[in-house]
Amino acid sequence: MEYASYIALIPLLPLAGFVVLGLFGQKHFSRTAGIVGTLILLVATVLACYTAYQYFFVTGKVNGVYQTIEPIKLTWLPFSPGMSIDMGILLDPASVMMLVVVTFISLMVHVFSLGYMKGEERFAVYYAFLSLFTFSMLGLVLSTNIFQLYIFWELVGVSSFLLIGFYYDRPAAVAAAKKAFIVTRFADLGFLIGILILAFYSGTLDFGALIQRLTATHSTQLAQITGTTFLGVSLLSWALALVFIGGAGKSAMFPLHIWLPDAMEGPTPVSALIHAATMVVAGVYLVARLYPVYLIDGTILQLITWIGALSALLAGLIACTQTDIKRVLAYSTISQIGYMLFALGLTGYTASLFHLFTHAFFKSLLFLGVGSVIHFVHTNEMGNMGGLRKEMPLTHGTFLIACFAIAGVPPFAGFYSKEEILMTAWEHNKLIYYGALVTSGITAFYMFRLYFRIFWNKTRVPDHHHHSEGTWNMKLPLVLLALAAVGVGFIPFARYVAIDGEKEISIPLSFSLAPVLLALAGIAGAYGLYYKENERPQKLERALGGLYKTVKQKFYFDELYLFVTKKIIFNGIAKPAAWIDKHVVDGTMNGLGWITTRFSISIRTLQSGRIQGYLIYFLGGIVALAAMCIYLWK
Amino acid sequence: MNSIPLTHILFVSTALFFIGMYGLFTRRNLITMLMSIELILNSVNINFVAFNKYMYPDKLNGVFFSLFIITVAAAEAAVAIAIIINLYRSHRSIDVEDTTEMKY
Repeated sequence: MEYASYIALIPLLPLAGFVVLGLFGQKHFSRTAGIVGTLILLVATVLACYTAYQYFFVTGKVNGVYQTIEPIKLTWLPFSPGMSIDMGILLDPASVMMLVVVTFISLMVHVFSLGYMKGEERFAVYYAFLSLFTFSMLGLVLSTNIFQLYIFWELVGVSSFLLIGFYYDRPAAVAAAKKAFIVTRFADLGFLIGILILAFYSGTLDFGALIQRLTATHSTQLAQITGTTFLGVSLLSWALALVFIGGAGKSAMFPLHIWLPDAMEGPTPVSALIHAATMVVAGVYLVARLYPVYLIDGTILQLITWIGALSALLAGLIACTQTDIKRVLAYSTISQIGYMLFALGLTGYTASLFHLFTHAFFKSLLFLGVGSVIHFVHTNEMGNMGGLRKEMPLTHGTFLIACFAIAGVPPFAGFYSKEEILMTAWEHNKLIYYGALVTSGITAFYMFRLYFRIFWNKTRVPDHHHHSEGTWNMKLPLVLLALAAVGVGFIPFARYVAIDGEKEISIPLSFSLAPVLLALAGIAGAYGLYYKENERPQKLERALGGLYKTVKQKFYFDELYLFVTKKIIFNGIAKPAAWIDKHVVDGTMNGLGWITTRFSISIRTLQSGRIQGYLIYFLGGIVALAAMCIYLWK
Repeated sequence: MNSIPLTHILFVSTALFFIGMYGLFTRRNLITMLMSIELILNSVNINFVAFNKYMYPDKLNGVFFSLFIITVAAAEAAVAIAIIINLYRSHRSIDVEDTTEMKY
């Protein structure tokens, strides 16, 4: 079958789901919305898997290289000959891979939500929003054109906003939704400017043409864009850095990460889908999409590397101190995305996307496991948990698998992808390599801290009404994702997703020794501190003193932002602007109004209501006219 | 027939006009004011007929105009009387001083 005959259905089916559930959901599908949404997505997932099979194993490869195919391409907004915004679908290894990941994770989340969100008043609305998100994310990964990607990028942001603020009666959720939206919008401003610069100099918005024009030898466009400088930096660097700022905002990289931990106010399955597996990796995907252009500019790659590595390390440290289990996972997500980005910065395209791929599975598994726990104990706080392994055996088992996967213990999925990233770092930048190594130890530590505190540690007083671990629809996704978290690491990823000229990395066994040992050390440390309830963690906290407090307060980033926004921007810009608006702009208008009113009050007595009074004015007018005619108009 | 000069007739019509004018300004009774307006209109009629007769004897434009004005004046009187009757019903008065509500 040709791709064109069915490929458009993959994004359009969730859109149809959104429209139907959004318009008629609350009235007609208030109970069945979940089933409807899930079935629609099931069809899309099957189509996506079929596409992937066709692409990777049947028709995609021509002469041993995977082709970039554009089965559908419609001109939507033509500006000038050769410059138009298109709507289309682009298939290349990265987008097909993302297609499978997005539909599969989304399907798992849909199924899980059947149990998790059961009895929710706005059940249909929830599924409508999930469908909207799935549609936008699929649109994003399949975009042929940077502007189309930008449109879906914003749509993804909107659906993320809607889902974070799903419990709109909670002030914290509303504030978190607002924060997420404002921070990412702020970053998207950079993205838009970057797009405009790139489009202006290359004369196209199309990914293929853009990359081809800028990377060709003796390219005039490249000469122009690098020849023009602004503040001493070439415009190409500016554009790429600005586009990267957009990506960093979406991917919650330092210093734009502050929205992601707060976004955990949303329903937990949503966090699994949007804030762990799919949307937050859009930044990585964006850089990967424009990767050949990024390769031209070494400085920006350096920038990406350092921001990624810094995010990985700092977020990992913060994750060790948080007590809200979802926030631990949020910081862990930032840390893992940091990994992907510095891998990209060090030209490890395949390693980065491989980690993206495996991370999607085990991180969504972790989130769904945490969702299951929260569903069971009705709290996010670690302190109220402990000893849950007997009550929730299945969650316990799958969570453990996911923890091993993210900690990088062989043979779980995270091990393979992390090894590739570390190998890339070893080859290109030793300093980053050691940082990443430490981070992977920290990762193991905080994940197993989470694990031990939820499932071991103290025995919790069973204070709640005793219900079971969860229904089948909450367990099935856990099992499937656990299988994926074990299995996907064995996929020879580099054979499928690679850019031209990238060699397959072979990792010697001895190289794996250090990271695995560090991971085991992290696990052992967590075991020592948190396996049983004891005094050691508190002692350690006291011993570290101010250092611990700084990390626990997330390096005071929120306070810094509040200082900048409230003290500097509010006082320095917003207040004077408000003063000018109130006193100068409004004052002018009020003054005009005041003059008019005064004047009309003073002359209104002319309208006396006396007919004969009017007659006098009338006569006066006629006399005046007559006089004019007689004396002036001769 | 032509023994009366045009100026005499114009004098009469002017006198009539200013009598009407005076009435319109000084009377407080609406009916009287209406009568004053009729006087003004009739002074104009006299002018029309006189000018027609003395200046263009072979034409009829002025006569037709005066006929037209008489028709309009009749219609106007009818409307004005209707207004005055309604005013009397609501205000129990046809004094122009009592009907000054239509102001600022």
